[in-house]
Amino acid sequence: MAGPGAPARTAGGKRLIRTEHLTRRFGAICAVDDVSFEVAAGEIFAFLGPNGAGKTTTIRMLTTLLKPTSGTVLLDGLDIAREPHEVRRRFGIVFQDPSLDVELTARENMTIHAVLYGIPRAERAVRIERLLRQFDLWDRRDDFVKRFSGGMKRRLEIARSLLHTPRVIFLDEPTLGLDPQTRNQLWTHVRALNSQEGVTVFLTTHYMDEAERVAQRIAVIDHGRIVALDSPQELKRQTQAESLEDAFLRLTGTQIRDEQASGMDHMRQMARGFRRA
Amino acid sequence: MSTIFILWLRQLKRYVRSRGRVISSLAQPLLFLLAFGFGFSGVFRRAGAGNYIQFLAPGVIGMGVLFSGVFSGIELIWDKQFGFIKETLVAPVPRWVVMLGRTAGGASVALIQGILVILMCLIVGFRPHSIATLPLLLVYMGLVAVMFTALGTSIACIVADFQAFPLVMNFLVMPLFFLSGALFPLDQVPTAFKAIATINPLSYGIDGVRGALTGAWHFSPFTDVAVLVVLTAVLLAVGTRLFARIEA
Repeated sequence: MAGPGAPARTAGGKRLIRTEHLTRRFGAICAVDDVSFEVAAGEIFAFLGPNGAGKTTTIRMLTTLLKPTSGTVLLDGLDIAREPHEVRRRFGIVFQDPSLDVELTARENMTIHAVLYGIPRAERAVRIERLLRQFDLWDRRDDFVKRFSGGMKRRLEIARSLLHTPRVIFLDEPTLGLDPQTRNQLWTHVRALNSQEGVTVFLTTHYMDEAERVAQRIAVIDHGRIVALDSPQELKRQTQAESLEDAFLRLTGTQIRDEQASGMDHMRQMARGFRRA
Repeated sequence: MSTIFILWLRQLKRYVRSRGRVISSLAQPLLFLLAFGFGFSGVFRRAGAGNYIQFLAPGVIGMGVLFSGVFSGIELIWDKQFGFIKETLVAPVPRWVVMLGRTAGGASVALIQGILVILMCLIVGFRPHSIATLPLLLVYMGLVAVMFTALGTSIACIVADFQAFPLVMNFLVMPLFFLSGALFPLDQVPTAFKAIATINPLSYGIDGVRGALTGAWHFSPFTDVAVLVVLTAVLLAVGTRLFARIEA
């Protein structure tokens, strides 16, 4: 897998994701302001930004969960607004907050996904087994997910997201809250996916060291606009920074972004409390 | 459609595996049955109204279905952010299919809860007046189950924070239950009360259950079915519309 020296534009490779003048307003607030970028097929693309920068809103628009106020999103050549279901077949997503059913077994979770995505019955068992083995979960296939560790749950979610052989997977803070060993293992899996099977990866993270090691190109969003879009090396060179984290802070400033906690944040805090128990 | 089936199956599996939830959700109807049933039976009989347990049991059965249905629906608030629902929102499946699967599953669970409460009532001494009306009983229970699962889901679509859950329980579900003729006959109550009970959808459900089990009708079998069918259809439509609009 190529590391340094990745191109700034997607000159080669098909443009798998393309946004044009993507905008989203919430009342008077413009959360995403005229954002245009491309992601090439087979890339590992990182989408970074401070809290409240418009990152999550952008991803929700890319994954058909939110309608843009204006602008277009094209995924694998399809217009998300016109053919949302076809688009959904093309991507997989691992959400920041868990979306597994913890009262079911790993295999049952995979089966539901297979049914939701219309995978023919004859192929289901084969694909499920292959993916569970690939992510070292086959031995625990009939265990309830609530007995899985955080890292195992995350692996299961990634495995599940690949069941319908998507062209691209969205990883929203995939290693949040995981220990270094698990994080390392997760990225090894993801990089293998990318290099061996050509799966495009679109990720967000606050762990800049990971973004630096793993991503080929990075977009930085702040105040709803893209402020930088380049390889990690280029970003460091442009901002004369030693590390990507430094570059990021130089691009977005060191001021802490305080947000109003929404009902969702409140629930997230409670969920974390339950998780520790 | 296999999607609806698998979503329905999922709800059932979750229910069957959560022994704690099954038992604790039966506690409240049981408490009402025993405390009110034996507590008021003397007073009720002296008032010339007969055996209170016979009167109360259908109300308590309705309670089991009501609470379970609303709970199944309102689970969505949590699910929306931290659970499985996000999977279905991003899958290439129409929202109404997901809604139907969820509602069928939640309503089935509520129905099973209702049947378990019936068993409890039988143990305590309640006797239905005939077995012939059993199918009719299931119709009423089923309609109440679907209606309130859809209601719970609708509320969950509108509300952002699950702090609203106790508000909903105390300001909506409890009043619906207490003002429905579940606990006392509606022919003796003050006019204002009767008016509220008449516009309360649950009253028709409770009346249907009571009529099917004991032959005592306040409204009539046809009125009950008609009202329930119409309201259930409306709530299903509203719930589906709201569910189709939520953005995770």
